[in-house]
Amino acid sequence: MEYHLKTPLKTEDIETLRTGDIVYLSGKVLTARDEAHKRILETPLKEMPFSLEGGAIYHCGPLMKKDDSGQWEVVAAGPTTSARMSAMTPKFLELHNVRILIGKGGMDNIADSFRGKCVYLAYTGGCAALAAASIKNVHAVHWLDLGMPEAVWELEMDEFGPLIVGIDIKGNDLFSNIRKNAKENLNEISRP
Amino acid sequence: MESGIKHEDIVQATVSAIQKAETVLTEDVVASLEKAEQEESSEVAQSHLKAILKNIGIAHRHSVPICQDTGIIILFVEIGRKISLLPDIEQALIEGVRKATVEVPLRPNVVHPLTRENSGDNTGNGLPDIKYSFNDSDKIRITAVPKGAGSENMSILKMLNPSEVDSIDQLVLETVMNAGGKPCPPIILGIGLGGSFDKAALLAKTALLGRVDNMDQQELNMLEKVNRLGVGPMGTGGDTTALAVHINKAYCHTASLPVAINIQCWANRHATAVIGGDGQWNII
Repeated sequence: MEYHLKTPLKTEDIETLRTGDIVYLSGKVLTARDEAHKRILETPLKEMPFSLEGGAIYHCGPLMKKDDSGQWEVVAAGPTTSARMSAMTPKFLELHNVRILIGKGGMDNIADSFRGKCVYLAYTGGCAALAAASIKNVHAVHWLDLGMPEAVWELEMDEFGPLIVGIDIKGNDLFSNIRKNAKENLNEISRP
Repeated sequence: MESGIKHEDIVQATVSAIQKAETVLTEDVVASLEKAEQEESSEVAQSHLKAILKNIGIAHRHSVPICQDTGIIILFVEIGRKISLLPDIEQALIEGVRKATVEVPLRPNVVHPLTRENSGDNTGNGLPDIKYSFNDSDKIRITAVPKGAGSENMSILKMLNPSEVDSIDQLVLETVMNAGGKPCPPIILGIGLGGSFDKAALLAKTALLGRVDNMDQQELNMLEKVNRLGVGPMGTGGDTTALAVHINKAYCHTASLPVAINIQCWANRHATAVIGGDGQWNII
């Protein structure tokens, strides 16, 4: 199935998504990777400089540049390896009502923490120019002291995709299924 | 006799090689991805391959980096013995990386290993990683290889026992399986067999510089096995886990069997600048 979604999202908007479905996403998306995750977890809710309610987080460290008028523009913005954020994500999802996480490569054995509230979407790794082409606007940047790739960028997306549903709201995990199959295939290949 | 190669020629040639490597993939890699897209049986895998091909087109047309992870810069520099009295080539290469960071532009990726402080210009103690060699020409060849972390982080080096020759295939397959979608498959595998601890890693890395469509029987057999794992593009399943396997071998100690597996994502980026004795240079 193919879906076209727009942030902010309610649980109902992502309920019907199942692993292997394809999603195109529009609306505001926030980037966050290692350092931003750490800081989000350390920051009390009332001191957060941005809202994550119904939001989408993109595991991405973009390459940005300032144009002649001082406005930020996106040069390249592909996904980074989501597994690095695996350990921080259950707590993250507990504290904030984020509905979509986007990244690449899947997350390590934490599909249960997505149950009933969030989905994980996999974007094609390396497709930085394609992703940049679907970013219509850079609304703001937070925590630029963390450095360009680690800062939180508020991006306005238009039909960002194709995004493959990797973990659905029921906790089904496409990546762990493929891993299980690969293990069986490995045993088959290795048999003398 | 002093050569006609000036400091600035080396700087500019370095910038151009990095620019080309970051924005244009070599035709053999593109052709291999196109073939994979046509032959892929999984719909999800095909959507990844279509996105990759579309991305390559946009990056080329607009001269923007193919991937936001513009990597750390590795430079393979071949110096012709007929060239005498070079300018400070190392300083020129470093300057080329700094200039490319602004001009391409590149994401500032280089940090101190412990404090994680970003140097801001993609250089620092030990980076760019420059590997020199010599040939009999009157030219300098600078090959720029931007290496992203997603695939590099999944690479391994293992010192096997000499009796474990038969377990090399198993080690490769387990490495690819454990890496899953993290290194951005379809991958290219550079494998170094023999040498020493560090030599094996260098063999594996240089194996990535060969044409993807040029494989011997051992490499083709390994490729077939890797693709039977079914990891697929981005780890979401499919026929195309790897585009190519390249194996480099070197003699080693009788008590050793070093095996290095360097994983490269589909964006197998590299470009070479050749500087003639007169200072004229071009990108090949």
